[in-house]
Order: sequence, then structure tokens, then C-alpha cells
Amino acid sequence: MFTTLKNRFEQGYRTCNYPKEKPAVFERYRGKPVIHKDVSPEMVEACAKACPQDAIDIGQKKIDMGRCVFCGTCEQISNGKFVTFTDDFEISTAEKIHLVTNGDLPSLAEHSKQHFKKLFGRSLQLRQVSAGGCNACEADLNVLATPFFDLARFGINFVASPRHADGIVVTGPVSRNMKTALLKTYEAIPDPKVVIAVGSCALTGGPFRGSPEITEGLDTILPVDLFIPGCPPHPLTNLHGLLTFFK
Amino acid sequence: MTTAFLQISNGERVERAKIPLLPFIEFRENALNIVKNKGKVVQFFAFQEESSIKFLAVLRTDELMVATCDAPESYPCFTATCEPFHLFEREIAEQFGIRPEGHPWLKMVRYHANSRNVDDVFGNDYREDIPGKYDYYQVEGDEIHEVAVGPVHAGVIEPGHFRFNCIGERVLHLEIQLGYQHRAVENLFHDVEAKRLPILAENIAGDTTIGHSLCMVQAVEALTSVQPDKGAKIIRTIALELERLANHIGDLGALSGDVAFLPPANYFGRIRGDFLNLALLLCGNRFGKGLVRPGGVRFSLDNDIRKTLNERIKELKPQVEHVLDLLFSASTVRARFEDCGIVNTYDAEQLGLVGPAGRASGMAYDVRRCFPTEHYGQLHIFENKKTTCDVFARARVRYDEILQSIHIIQSLIHDPVETRCVNEVNYDLRPSSFVVTLNEGWRGEVSHTIVTDKNGKILRYKVKDPSFHNWNGLAMALRDTGISDFPLNNKSFNLSYCGFDL
Repeated sequence: MFTTLKNRFEQGYRTCNYPKEKPAVFERYRGKPVIHKDVSPEMVEACAKACPQDAIDIGQKKIDMGRCVFCGTCEQISNGKFVTFTDDFEISTAEKIHLVTNGDLPSLAEHSKQHFKKLFGRSLQLRQVSAGGCNACEADLNVLATPFFDLARFGINFVASPRHADGIVVTGPVSRNMKTALLKTYEAIPDPKVVIAVGSCALTGGPFRGSPEITEGLDTILPVDLFIPGCPPHPLTNLHGLLTFFK
Repeated sequence: MTTAFLQISNGERVERAKIPLLPFIEFRENALNIVKNKGKVVQFFAFQEESSIKFLAVLRTDELMVATCDAPESYPCFTATCEPFHLFEREIAEQFGIRPEGHPWLKMVRYHANSRNVDDVFGNDYREDIPGKYDYYQVEGDEIHEVAVGPVHAGVIEPGHFRFNCIGERVLHLEIQLGYQHRAVENLFHDVEAKRLPILAENIAGDTTIGHSLCMVQAVEALTSVQPDKGAKIIRTIALELERLANHIGDLGALSGDVAFLPPANYFGRIRGDFLNLALLLCGNRFGKGLVRPGGVRFSLDNDIRKTLNERIKELKPQVEHVLDLLFSASTVRARFEDCGIVNTYDAEQLGLVGPAGRASGMAYDVRRCFPTEHYGQLHIFENKKTTCDVFARARVRYDEILQSIHIIQSLIHDPVETRCVNEVNYDLRPSSFVVTLNEGWRGEVSHTIVTDKNGKILRYKVKDPSFHNWNGLAMALRDTGISDFPLNNKSFNLSYCGFDL
């Protein structure tokens, strides 16, 4: 009993004050990419060529955050002159097209569906479906339940059955062997329902694009309401997406 | 013991011409002989070059050994006389349509068509997209009932199907069917542009990003004759130990939660995040993605970062120790952990368990000590093997390794670490070569193999996650155990679905 109490005092109060205050992230964190247009075309081409995800549009000088795995190769090659990854983790979008960006993201709050806020603003129950991928997205969704993030204080929970859910959160590139299970889970959720795609795999196939065993973009098989980019998205990116879209 | 297999080293380039090409009979005899005499299977797979198909086996005793042979269309299986080949033979049957005759449990592994377009060994029609079109092993009798779970689980977890045959609450047999996450990772390694290789390796199993990345880069380094500098090796060692810490701590928290002792579950849940954040401190990603590249690392450990890392670990260490004490001194926790889910040493040997699960069952094998890579040759790695073979032992291995990993990291960041960050990577692989790499990820032995053709193109890329060995350990642990203890046992193994499914 004494050990239990001693530990309790040592642990203290750990919950972050987000969204009122933004918690600091370490300097090397790579959040929203910002493009610097006044750079030589050679540099843009070199970055595009080196990008392992082919996420850079040379003509438009834009980067596709849906494809991007935020490895920072382009920033390294251009020495920050073409792309810099900022510490801004608020990068979710309501439209897929908004993921292709030069660093100016449309306000998520304005683009979210207003009737969702009315329906789910005070209570949002989500069913998570892991459909391929590497389990990192799942891990960083799971941590939202830990004391630091404490998702439940916002009335948002992950539930055990689609019948209890208002929507699904999908991770992974929807492998051929998971497609039916995913669609059945979606069907089992009562209307009106929300679909949230989390991570590069669910957005575009991510690292596995080109494989005949996967789907390149959840939006090709289900109507996606919220796109959360990253490989995996930082837990704060997930938290921002959920709070801004539904609150 | 004399053998026709060639002795090799971990991460050594071997010219394919030097690998013994044995007649099948001799290959079989030698392989069985080695594994029956306490050898283990590291890799056993087939690969195709033009029209010829070969088997290749990498086995280990105190040494690593390799040999190949021409693959027959069907052959008398190895598994019936030597269990550690079990899943490897099923995998070959699935990938190449080669039938191991007399295999005691010839069932598909990941549910996909074979690469040669020959008749499917399992008689599946892959136009139907529902895996599990398979008669599960069934127990018959009046009081017998089945429990089917998955592929979609109740939590935020990867997909897989679990089929329990029970009498009352007691599990007679658990069958685990995976493959739902199959993404054809191995094929992608052959097909994609070289610049994508590190990204693929990082995404085989995200919680083992560093373990799989190290295997990939060591293989590429061997085939390009590029050596990382000493600083890079130290940083990669630190990264692998951070990965071990985050996962082991998370596992102990989850185990605590499963016996309804919530304080450590919450504390460790949070502390695990702190260790993930240390990976982010180092390379900008909580899972270490983007750090490891052939030739070294992309991020240095300059003095500011090293100082922060030192401070954070100093701050976290006493917290970790206190929560460990809280967890392991609680009699209610011990009552649930002890004697639960026993996999005895004999069974563990037959199944070829690796990593903490193997050590908990009395097998001391640890790649860091037996076939060291990176900076591990300079470090003392303890044996950590246990004798009780239960959930308690699997938790206790983690307890030991958590404290040891903290010590390793503290000793490595004591002095400045200098490295030249990798900017461009050379992917001109030496032709007609072979390399196998092994590393001790937090779940155990991770291994990759590359075989190149005469033009230096990747002919075969083989990936093995430790979970490939250990899933059957979980099935075994459940025998004669209450079904309500499944979550506890499952967490005590905490295996990778995606690492298995590839």
C-alpha cells in the first residue's frame, strides 16, 4: 500500500493542457512541410528524384502529405532551401486535395462538416480497424488513452463494437485480405457515420504503393471525412484532427 | 560435427558460387542432422532464377551455416521428423507451390497465390477474398465449444483470427490464423526503386523499425562494401535499445492492466511514450523511422541532444525502477503471473522460440551475444534465461532487460559520439552474392537475406520477423489454460501480426 501511494505521488499530474496550450515537441520533429518557392528548378528536381515516396510535384512546387512519410530527405538534400519541416503538428485536412500543399493548409475547423459537430461534438465513439500497415499508427492512436493525452476527457472513446460506434478510424493500406472485414465493419455502424483515415498507408498506400495486395487510398472504397497524414501521425496530430473536426 | 553446410558470419558477403549446392538428399540429411542436434532454423526459403528453383537454408548452432539445393516439385517433408521447419515449409509451399509430402499440418500461411502460377498446394481460389477458407482443427464431444475471435478485434489492435476449442473454460487448443495484413513486402523489395528500400524496411513492423532497418542496412552494406563509422554503430545500438525499452515497458504496463492492477498500467503507458519521444529527440520520429540508412545514420548525436538524452534518462530511471518494484512486489500480480501459460523448455526448443519468449523458457540465445553486430561486440550482454517458463518468466525477462538497456544507453552516451551523417546511399550491390543478417530486436531474432543475380539485381529478398517463430509458442501456452487468461498470455508474448504477414 505504501509503495502504491509513494508511486502515485512520484507520478504526479501528467495530463497535457492541449488544446489550450500546445505542448512542446523536440526540435527534430518533422511536422507540416513548408515549401520555399524561390529555389532553383534543379534543386526541386533533385529533391523530387530523391524522395522515396515520389511525393513532390515539380511543376507546382508542392508536396503531397498523403504520400509523404516525413522522412525529411528533401529537407536534408536542399539544406532546408526548398522544403523545411516545421514543428506544426496540426496538419489534418477535410479534403484529400488539401493534402497537396506548399505549406498553406486551409483551416480544418472551417472545412469540417458542421452537422458532425452538432451530432458528435459532445460524444464521439469510434471503432478502429487496422487494415494492413505496420502497427505504428495503431500504437500512436492507442497512446491517446494514456494519461498525457487522455482522450476520454473530450468525450471521445474507442469502443469494442461497430454497433456502439459513430464512425471508424482506419489505419493501413487496406490489404486484400482485410478488405471484406473492413467493409463489413463499416456496414455495421449505424448511420450517420464518420470515416477517418489515419496515416500515409490509409491515405495513399504509403510505403506499400505499387503492391497488388493493397488499396491505394481508403477514399477509393469508402467516403472519407477526415484525413490525418503522417507515418505515423504524431499523437498530437491525431488529437488535433479529432478535436478540430468534431468540437 | 562434420557437415556439408558452409560456415558463414553474420552480415558477411558470400559469393554464391561458394555456397555448397548439394543434391537434395544430402541437403535434407545435413539440415535435419544439424537441427536435430540442437541446431535452429534462421532462414529456409526458395528462390527462382530463370527457370530453376532452389532451396536455401541458414541454420545456426554456435555458428551460422548455409547451403542450397535444387528444389524438387515435391519432397518428403522435414517437419514430420524435425519440428522447427514447420512454418518454413508451409511458407515455401505457399510462395512457390512446392509440396512437402507428409507435412503434419499443411495449411496456408498468409493466403495468397504462389508466384509461379502453378496449382495451389492448399486448393484455394484466391479470387475469393476471404481468408480462413480452411477447416479449422476441431475437437469433438458433447461439451466442446468453439470461440472465434477476429480478424477485427475489440481494441486498437492488428487483425488476426483466433479459434479456441474449449471444454468449459479450459482451452484444449488454440489455432491462430494470420495473413490479413499481407502486403507482399518481400516482392516489393525486388520490384521497387532502391531509394524505397529503407522506407520498406522501416514499415515491415513499425514497433521494430530499428530491428528491421538494421538487418536491411547491414545486408546492403555487406553487398556494397561500405562500412559505417564507429559513431554510427553506437547511435544504431542506442536506437535499438531505446526501441527495446519503449516496447518492454509498454508490455509490462499492458500485462499489469490485464491483471487489473491499474497504477503500473497507466504509469508505464506514459513512460513508454517518454521513451518513444527519446527516439523522436534523436531522429524526429517516435519509432525511429528515418534514422538508419545504409552506411550509417541520418542524424548525429551532437552534444545538445546527448545532454538532453542523458538528463531524460536520468530522470526516468528511478521512475521506471519504482514502478517495476510496484508491479513485481504486488502479491496479486504474482498470483496471476505465476504458473500461467507455461511453455516448457522442450516444447520451446521444438518450436524454436526466440527472444524474451525463448529466454523465459530457458533458452539463453540472444543475437547480441551470440552473433553480435553494431557496437554489441564491445558490450556485456547477460543471459537472462529463466526456468519457470510462465507469464511471470516472460515478464521477468523484460524486467531484467529494461534495467540492462538503460545501463547500456547510459554507458554509450557518457562520452561524445561523432559520426558523419549519411546523405547519399550507394545501392550498387555486388553481383552473384548472398548475405544474411541477424539482429536481436525486442521480440528476438530478426533476420533478412539478400540474394543477388549476376547483374547485381536483388533476386530474392527474404524477411523473417521473430514472431514467425513465436506465434506457435502462444498457441502452446494456451493449452489447458483458462480462456480468460488468453489476454494475459497474449500480452506476455506480444507478437507482431504485420511482421508475420509481411
